[in-house]
Amino acid sequence: MADDNFNIEASHIMMFARSVGDGNPIYYDAEHAATTEPGAIIAPPTFVQASAQFNPNYGLRPKIDGIGWMGSGANPSSAIRPAAPKADSEAAKSEDGEKKQSGGGGGGLHAEQRYVYHRHPKVGDVLTSTSRPGKTWEKEGRRSGKLVFSESVTEYRDQNGELVVTATSVGVRTERPVDQE
Amino acid sequence: MALKASELNVGDTYTETVVDDLKRTQIVMYAGASGDYNPVHTDEPFATKVAGYPTVFAHGMLTMGLTGRMLTNYVGDGRLTEFGVRFTSQVFPGDTLQSTATVDSIEDGLVNLSVSTTNQNGVEVAKGSAQARVD
Repeated sequence: MADDNFNIEASHIMMFARSVGDGNPIYYDAEHAATTEPGAIIAPPTFVQASAQFNPNYGLRPKIDGIGWMGSGANPSSAIRPAAPKADSEAAKSEDGEKKQSGGGGGGLHAEQRYVYHRHPKVGDVLTSTSRPGKTWEKEGRRSGKLVFSESVTEYRDQNGELVVTATSVGVRTERPVDQE
Repeated sequence: MALKASELNVGDTYTETVVDDLKRTQIVMYAGASGDYNPVHTDEPFATKVAGYPTVFAHGMLTMGLTGRMLTNYVGDGRLTEFGVRFTSQVFPGDTLQSTATVDSIEDGLVNLSVSTTNQNGVEVAKGSAQARVD
């Protein structure tokens, strides 16, 4: 998977910072940012997650081409049948929805996220990301049977090919839905 | 303001309340900004009737983003070199989260921190570590 043309834009950073309740003016005030050590508006630490906006095939965004969406309309989930999700909706179950639409089977959860900052993205950067699988391992869970962990490592490079952020995401698949106490 | 190595001690802590009574609207804001519209986070009929949760719940990455605000307020703008967490419990509307950084070690111009975010019941929702450049 490669997300090209992840444009680091001031208004996007402002909205993202607001969404995590961060009122630091370095995220929206260019004049203030110029007086700080970074010297420019930079991205908050988890901002590269928003590169999903620039992935044309991202599975967790409603599409505009008449492709169904799993959210509620007239019915709790009108567009996509809850049973037997296929490859198309595989990405849609990628994060923390262990019971979601898999009709009782196990599913994927976002277990862990790590970032290494080679530098912090700033307004005007255009990042390109490439992802590759990392380690996989298994563990026996008390409440959900066998747990299969798998890493995905994403490198974000700037317009000069320089590495900016390395992101490692760990997903976990469970044998069955997590028991609720 | 960046941290000074000479003023740091192992065991020092820094804590912030990163959200008080989490509103569904903030989860909606995060969905819009991040691009993750998984309906389990924002769509009550879907979350309850299809997915089987008691209500919608926050993106793990929203919890990490809130935790990151505490970190950058502590270590200063642009100073983080590493940040990682495990998501250890779900975060629901109404939760109040406190994030704490604890100094583990200081060496070669870097501080290593333990990071923990807990809810109003003392349950840890995110646990991890971070590293930052210090003066």
